[in-house]
Amino acid sequence: MDSTIFSILLLDGITNGAVYALLGLATVLVFSVTRVIFIPQGEFVAYGALTLAIFQTGQVPGTVWLLLIMALLPPAIISLVSLWAAPQNLPLLVQAGLTVAIVTSFGPLVYRLAYQSLADASSLVLLIVSVGVHFAMTGLGLLFFGAEGFRNPSFWDMRVNLGGLAIKGQAIIIFMVSLALIVLLWQFFARTLHGKALQATAVNRLGARLMGISTIGAGQATFAMAALIGALSGLLIGPTTTVFYDSGFLIGLKGFVAAVMGGLQSYPLAAVGAIFVGLVEAFGSFWASAFKEVIVFTLVLPILLWRSMADGHAEEH
Amino acid sequence: MTLPTPLQHWLHNARAQRIAVFACMLLYAVSPVPDFWITQLNYIALYSLVILGLVLLTGIGGLTSFGQAAFVGIGAYTSAYLTVNMGWSPWLTVFAGLFITAVSALVVGWITLRMSGHYLPLATIAWGLSLYYLMGNLDALGKYDGIQGVPPIMLGSWDISQGRSFFVLAWGLVLLGVFALLNLLDSRTGRAIRAMRASVLMAEAMGVDTLRHKIGIFLIAALFASVSGWLFAHFQRTVNPSPFGLKMGIEYLFMAVLGGVGYVWGAIGGAVLTKLLEDQLQVLLPKLLGTSGSYEVIVFGIVLVLVLKYLPDGMWSLVGRWLPKPERVDDWQRAALLPERSKPALGETVLEVTDIRKQFGGLTAVKDISFHIKAGQIVGLIGPNGAGKSTTFNLVSGVLGLTSGTVKFRGETISGLPSREIANRGMSRTFQHVKMIPEMTVLENVALGAQLRGNQSALSSMLRLDRAEEQSLLREAARQLARIGMGHALHEQAGNLAMGPQRLMEIARALCSDPSLLLLDEPAAGLRHKEKQALIGVLRQLRSEGMSILLVEHDMDLVMDVTDHIVVMEFGTKLMDGTPEQVQQSPQVRAAYLGMEH
Repeated sequence: MDSTIFSILLLDGITNGAVYALLGLATVLVFSVTRVIFIPQGEFVAYGALTLAIFQTGQVPGTVWLLLIMALLPPAIISLVSLWAAPQNLPLLVQAGLTVAIVTSFGPLVYRLAYQSLADASSLVLLIVSVGVHFAMTGLGLLFFGAEGFRNPSFWDMRVNLGGLAIKGQAIIIFMVSLALIVLLWQFFARTLHGKALQATAVNRLGARLMGISTIGAGQATFAMAALIGALSGLLIGPTTTVFYDSGFLIGLKGFVAAVMGGLQSYPLAAVGAIFVGLVEAFGSFWASAFKEVIVFTLVLPILLWRSMADGHAEEH
Repeated sequence: MTLPTPLQHWLHNARAQRIAVFACMLLYAVSPVPDFWITQLNYIALYSLVILGLVLLTGIGGLTSFGQAAFVGIGAYTSAYLTVNMGWSPWLTVFAGLFITAVSALVVGWITLRMSGHYLPLATIAWGLSLYYLMGNLDALGKYDGIQGVPPIMLGSWDISQGRSFFVLAWGLVLLGVFALLNLLDSRTGRAIRAMRASVLMAEAMGVDTLRHKIGIFLIAALFASVSGWLFAHFQRTVNPSPFGLKMGIEYLFMAVLGGVGYVWGAIGGAVLTKLLEDQLQVLLPKLLGTSGSYEVIVFGIVLVLVLKYLPDGMWSLVGRWLPKPERVDDWQRAALLPERSKPALGETVLEVTDIRKQFGGLTAVKDISFHIKAGQIVGLIGPNGAGKSTTFNLVSGVLGLTSGTVKFRGETISGLPSREIANRGMSRTFQHVKMIPEMTVLENVALGAQLRGNQSALSSMLRLDRAEEQSLLREAARQLARIGMGHALHEQAGNLAMGPQRLMEIARALCSDPSLLLLDEPAAGLRHKEKQALIGVLRQLRSEGMSILLVEHDMDLVMDVTDHIVVMEFGTKLMDGTPEQVQQSPQVRAAYLGMEH
């Protein structure tokens, strides 16, 4: 391997890692506030990428209809706007904005329909609910977008050559957006009352409720943020790879592996883990492309072993 | 209408029920049902074997796995590879498959089960995915095309891997699995698994090695799946990765939850319902939606959420209540008595606590406490709230680790040992908040205390070779319940008891371990006057029989009434110790409880 290939792989790994970092953060966020292990996180990614792709063809994405059926007023407005906007072939950025609005609206809806009434159930039950939601969302994805894959146009068709290494505009966008989101999240939790309320809910639900924090509201807000992150991730990766209705699952799970590295509770560790996963994947696909997924997912075992050694015996009382 | 008495007895007899079920299965195989239904039920048998494992793991043990399909895959691929490429007989490859499955399950389990419960499902997701891609990319396993031409299973010259003979083979194995599981659940190991789910703390205090049991049930579940894979490979005569992917792993869990993951028969019900539902939906949905595709997952997903919301115990909970329940027969009257350990002589020092200290970060919760207990003594540990009584109690019983100091029990240093090892040496405890298994009977809950006095393995329980010991354990439980005056409530469901009897039951459970020292953590909390009187009677009686007791209690009447010696704590330190009279007259103690005039 020469240094060019090395730097290409490095760049590739970090670019993908940045997206996994976003998804890993969303996973940690949802788990810490609601104790839900949110397996369908990746579905939001696919919904985001594919909703935009359908807008690009000038048609109305199926997600819009679903939103209209399921939702109350504000999401319904988004739906109606989308119905009007779809055939107009508006600029890419406007469509992207609409896509984010649509997919983000699904977050609180999913929470309300699937999790809200089970909020106090054991985390085992919540996990199994997640699996049910994953099934339903994948099936609906097939219904909305069809079995065909889409690749979105780039948001920024720029290429810089840096000593033989071509950096694409999209990669730069991925970095900037990921970084911006991470900083935003950090500021949100550190500085705003809403952020602190979510943190309080994460630490102790009952205590938060006694302090007048609505745990239902916290759950819905958390899911909205998770969906927002998912949708943005979908827009970010849409131009770099062909996305199918079920692609989100694998992408989301890689974010998950990262989150597990952070013990489902540490944001910085999850972000570092995500970059690591991205690098392993990039170099794995160079050396043993057929076994890329095998390598990435088998990684969970040594990670868990390391964590269990680090944590010692974490017993539930 | 009532049935004649002999028939009623027969209906309630567990063995008779099993023979009847087995006979029905054979009868079905030879009856003139269409082959279509035989084939459907053959698939259902394959699913059922896997779900039986999930019942043990998820329904009883409270853990879960999405990787069961991967274990099915290991069983199937091992057998396919060895029969096709190496010419082995399927009767050998089943064991090869079990071996490889066991090794993988032990590795995954050993790594993940040391941490909290949600890491196992996460690890099994990753594990299931990587195994799927591994099977699909290895040249030796035929990549995504898989291995074709797997030979049939032969019994002599008789092909038993298709049609009705396969039906008997597969369902025979399913029923064996069901019976083995039912046997296991009604045994020493079964109680340990339920206890582990109710409370790890309590299970460890009863001497259960919870990590070993967690790994054990994960292993058993994996082995069930592996057998299903073996059957699958020889029934289909070909293997490829797709039936062993994560989607199928999730579907197994779906079937289990739909049927009722807490019930052994629910496993089979879930498999039947899912198969029927799937067949219907695969025809109906594409018609309804106008395009083809596997849309049934939408319905599965929604049904799964609805079941968890509105019928968390699954469909079987609707059926189960109409079925006759096998009754426990009092068959332990003649069982051998369990051996008892040698008891300390009256007046011998049983427990010696020297300068124990516990620090949580900067806070010293217990500071250099020393006291001792002699055989036949009741020692009270009292103090205002937050004095460090419970921490002291947990330090002695091994729930918390000491920062410094030593605890000696019958001359042996026990500080630093895990609580189950301390239990093994003859110290037994109760809990401030009653920890029991509400759905088991009082007798079974109490028998849990005798956990360390038996040694039959899970395997011998499954094969029903543990009955002599089991009867001895139950006899001991019944004897201890009679000792504390609860001999009338053996078959009551523990969850139905009032607070007083629940606390007495915990004492009986502790007594069942044949202790030399009993640690009682606020046994009178929440008791009514009558119940308190009963408790005092029991404590006095135990002392007269030579038992030593350490009592943490807030109820001063009770403490002054029954104790021989009292240790008073305040702010983590020992305020004083002495006889009840000395403590009552101490101005320091009064100040600690009531405050002082300055």
